[in-house]
Amino acid sequence: MSATDMNAAGLRRDERLERLKLFGLSSPAVLIVLIILVIPVGWLFYVSFIGADGTFSMENYERMIKRKSYARIFSTTFQVSLLTTGLCILIGYPLAYFMSQLPTRVANLCLITVLLPFWTSLLVRTYAWLVLLQKNGLVNNWAISLGLWDEPIKIVHNLNGTLIGMVHIMLPFLVLPTYGAMKAIDRDYLKAAANMGASPARAFWTVFFPLSTPGLFAGALMVFVLCLGFFVTPAVLGGGKVIMVSMKIVSNIELFVNWGAASALGVVLLVLTVAVLWVASRFLKLEQMTGGGH
Amino acid sequence: MTKQDALPIGVRNVTKTYGDVHALDDVSLDVKSGEFLTLLGPSGSGKTTLLMVLAGFTRPDRGSLKFGADEVVRKPPHLRDVGMVFQNYALFPHMTVAGNVGYPLRLRRVSKPELAERVERALETVQLGGYGERCIDQLSGGQKQRVALARAIVFEPRILLMDEPLSALDKKLRDRMQIELRHLHEKLGMTTVYVTHDQREALTMSDRIAVVNFGRIMQLATPQQLYDQPENRFVADFIGDSSFLDVERTGRDIAAGGTVLKTIRPIPDANALSLMMRPERVRLLEGAAGDDVNEFAATVSEVVYQGESFLLYARLQDGTEMAVRGAIRSGSFDRLPKPGDAVRLGLDSADTVILVGEEQRP
Repeated sequence: MSATDMNAAGLRRDERLERLKLFGLSSPAVLIVLIILVIPVGWLFYVSFIGADGTFSMENYERMIKRKSYARIFSTTFQVSLLTTGLCILIGYPLAYFMSQLPTRVANLCLITVLLPFWTSLLVRTYAWLVLLQKNGLVNNWAISLGLWDEPIKIVHNLNGTLIGMVHIMLPFLVLPTYGAMKAIDRDYLKAAANMGASPARAFWTVFFPLSTPGLFAGALMVFVLCLGFFVTPAVLGGGKVIMVSMKIVSNIELFVNWGAASALGVVLLVLTVAVLWVASRFLKLEQMTGGGH
Repeated sequence: MTKQDALPIGVRNVTKTYGDVHALDDVSLDVKSGEFLTLLGPSGSGKTTLLMVLAGFTRPDRGSLKFGADEVVRKPPHLRDVGMVFQNYALFPHMTVAGNVGYPLRLRRVSKPELAERVERALETVQLGGYGERCIDQLSGGQKQRVALARAIVFEPRILLMDEPLSALDKKLRDRMQIELRHLHEKLGMTTVYVTHDQREALTMSDRIAVVNFGRIMQLATPQQLYDQPENRFVADFIGDSSFLDVERTGRDIAAGGTVLKTIRPIPDANALSLMMRPERVRLLEGAAGDDVNEFAATVSEVVYQGESFLLYARLQDGTEMAVRGAIRSGSFDRLPKPGDAVRLGLDSADTVILVGEEQRP
């Protein structure tokens, strides 16, 4: 080794070795992603192109285009998801704002109550709504005794019931990232706005709201995507009147034992979800949302 | 931007308590129109609380606050029309530089062409012309500081408040910004209240300085008066280097370290007195001392080399220590007395400041 070389070759080798080590460390994770994500989804694609006679065919997709009922199912799915997301924003944003203004100790207490439903089973919560909302349930009885309406009205086994249940279950997914983004907003920004002449309302809309939107969008997107594939709540509270894609998938398998048709529905739902995420990512930076904003 | 009518600020009997702590204890203060006044004090002294009262972000328990003739103590911050530079700048990260600087103008419904022109002019004033389209996170600390300043002056407020605006900058940049801020103030002429804990910054920039501690104003004076004629031990200790000698009173005479003191300054009417000495005002005597010089005999205990100056510690006969600071010219450091040498130290009667001895507590 010449004197001017100064360990250059050795340092290069160390660099290569270090990169190899890093790759080695990440390989278990790569393997897990391969086994639990890539292979099943690939299988799903494959099955969706197998016809009833066991050969390659497009019939599963052709059926979806031909039959009107499929279009209706997809439009219901998007409609319910959009409505749920919208209601979650209307309820969740003010709630997150309220929490972000509380002293930390009280806010943490509120956060626990928001998270509490997560610790009980989804199914239990859904059936609890069924009990509350049914014809002779708590809500109807109280409303009648308070004189809000005269005779029991139908609040469950329809779109209303589905929405009530879904909003309740989805709300934490919206509140948490929104609250996180709000907590990260420096209060001096609002002081600066006030100092320059902004009324509290102006300061909110020109400074606080724009800075909180990364969290709000993250939450809304999460709620929307989760809604698209939701099964339990619409199945129980919808009473068969609100049919979403996930329910059609279940009936294809359980009633008709048609794995090809179910897989094709799954593929379309997956493609649509990816499309939604792609469109969303064009308008906002996804990495910024997961990073909790500024 | 042009020079405009500035407004005087009148603070009367403002008190603010947090639990048992007096953040502000019956503070009264007048800031003259167009003046650059600095609130100087250690952290927790109440200087920032006072600034927040001026801006309207802290509601005092009682007291009066006037901008010009208007009582504003109950006015919400967004109606006070004062500019403010925050310690962390508080620039909006979701707006460009121009968006930030134009924000107060948009609130005032300034027309678009005029807004663009005034934003650019404000940016030029802080030497950031052409930076309008930059994002905030592309700026260096010094640039952010300038944008914050541009944003605070663009709507031509008649009062400007600054909360330690230079504390996040490195020393060289801070020194330059101090001079720039000073020039900007001369040019714009708005009444300026500046908060800092850095005494050199305060001495460099201010017309007058209010030294704040324990929620009270310890002394309000020009930088020179504050340095040469501190009114109490806290101010003497906080501003500049100083050492103190106990003073004995014998009849009408006062003496320290065995020397009867000559002073042209008033002697406070108290029993416990102390003599304040600034190291750079004490001299090493070589020939005979003049009539107006107090002379102390001492023994050198340590000599420290500090680059542009030396610091010499000497012990008086009674054991108290005095410090002497002097400039170093080529070779002069080697000719200084060595530890153990006997020296005579001189302090002009004009620099002989006698203060009430004990630290003043509220």
